[in-house]
Amino acid sequence: MLELHDITAGYDSRTPVVRNVTLTVAPGEAVGLLGPSGCGKSTLARVTALLHRPDSGTLLLDGEPVRRWRHRAPRAHRTVLGVVFQQPRLAADPRLRLTDLIAEPLRATGRRDEIPHSVGELAAAVGLTPDLLDRRPHEVSDGQLQRACLARALVLRPRWLICDEMTAMLDASTTAALVAAVENYRAASGAGLLAVGHDQLLLDRWCDRTLHWDDLAVGAKTKPDQPTR
Amino acid sequence: MTLTQERPVLSVRGLSVRFLMPGGRRIAAVTDAHFDVAAGECLALIGESGCGKSVLASALLGLLPANAQAAGEARLGELNLLAADERTLARTVRGRMVGLVPQSPAAHLTPVRTIRSQLEETVGALTDARERTAVRAAAEAAAERAAFPTDHLGLHPHELSGGLAQRAATALALVGDAPLLLADEPTTGLDRDLVDHTVDELRRHVDDGRRALLVITHDLAAAERIADRVAVMYAGRIIELTDAKRFFGTPGPRHPYSRGLLQALPDRAFTPVPGMPPELGDLPDGCAFAPRCDRVTDACAVRPPTIDGVACHQPHVPERLRA
Repeated sequence: MLELHDITAGYDSRTPVVRNVTLTVAPGEAVGLLGPSGCGKSTLARVTALLHRPDSGTLLLDGEPVRRWRHRAPRAHRTVLGVVFQQPRLAADPRLRLTDLIAEPLRATGRRDEIPHSVGELAAAVGLTPDLLDRRPHEVSDGQLQRACLARALVLRPRWLICDEMTAMLDASTTAALVAAVENYRAASGAGLLAVGHDQLLLDRWCDRTLHWDDLAVGAKTKPDQPTR
Repeated sequence: MTLTQERPVLSVRGLSVRFLMPGGRRIAAVTDAHFDVAAGECLALIGESGCGKSVLASALLGLLPANAQAAGEARLGELNLLAADERTLARTVRGRMVGLVPQSPAAHLTPVRTIRSQLEETVGALTDARERTAVRAAAEAAAERAAFPTDHLGLHPHELSGGLAQRAATALALVGDAPLLLADEPTTGLDRDLVDHTVDELRRHVDDGRRALLVITHDLAAAERIADRVAVMYAGRIIELTDAKRFFGTPGPRHPYSRGLLQALPDRAFTPVPGMPPELGDLPDGCAFAPRCDRVTDACAVRPPTIDGVACHQPHVPERLRA
């Protein structure tokens, strides 16, 4: 289970952007989190991905509480989570060829011997052709780079996948291709998914259940300028 | 099409753009584009990223980089935009004849100045208003036309929400009262409500019948909402140009690529078009879509001519014609 209990997080403790949010994802389950831009859903995704320390609340990864975030997070926690961000350009080191971009998590965790096998297999799974793997990010399109970012997120075979607006910048065909790649991986591995987005049609089609941001904060006060539903 | 029978605002004939790269490589970004946009009409140019849509827009505004060569004709009134010199483009075209609604309003607006100051500067540059009060009034009128609340004019761009920033950018595009509005990916990164809102407002500026609107987008839902006609671009060519209602409804698109693109939508089959678009520097001689197409035959080794708005050897035929 991936469990978030009563999470409050933000960038200024007086005005948190995420208030008292509780959310669970069961193994193999796909949960969509729907909200308008600026509502705080990406912050929640960052908390879940161990990239932002919450002000309060607990995050349980397979029953184990997370106590450290970002670079302090233990490897055992970091490697069971795969993350795909909205903007591939900002999430890719411009100096790395796509093949090295995808292999980087294996290098960082001392699993270099898996590189030849895993990178080739994943490149095919996300629809990247061999000639693209030799290129650097400025030589490929946004859609192609996002495919590489998805392959990078999958290369450690994570049990949990977090997709933060993974397809917001992409056209319909690339969106469908990336979602299909995620679903193929989940079918093979049994991984759980938290997909954050603002496109209800997409999340409803993709996920087992879709949660609305406004319904998440149990018993929490919403901002004064927003009427409670 | 009754609308296109009157004289179009913009008439593009055989527009091609080539980029010359180091080592003598040539990138065929746009090839032989033909289309018209009439007053009161919205044409949506759709296609995957990297298919040449934005290059086409840059060519119309004379904003191509130095290593690009444009050929063909793009007539706006009496003027051929592709042959016009920089002086003409700067003094009579940009802002006055073509208003640009930018992709990212947050990046388009000057961050250190208020919306009022930017609007007044644009009014001063594009219109005859010179008196301080007249400029102020014209700026407020422009804001009002774009539904930008006048009590927010004193704010800086970072204080605005995405929707308001979009309206501010639209207000700037409307100041010169240009007959052609060009919107380049106006909805990228906005959430669905805001997308609907933005395209509805753009549509409103066309509905008075005086302006033509060319929208460039990869968002098919936005295109369906706003467009009268749709042009589908693939690998630099317009492969299908048709009525939006027929395209999104029945009988549906006729080019296999257009059909694949629609079937990729989450409310339809949600299946991607197999494979990836070809490199614009290395296009095949025949149909560029053939390697990804499920209707491919030997004929596809030759580039298909555009017949009846569709460039395909094996287009889908509407049911009633087949019977």
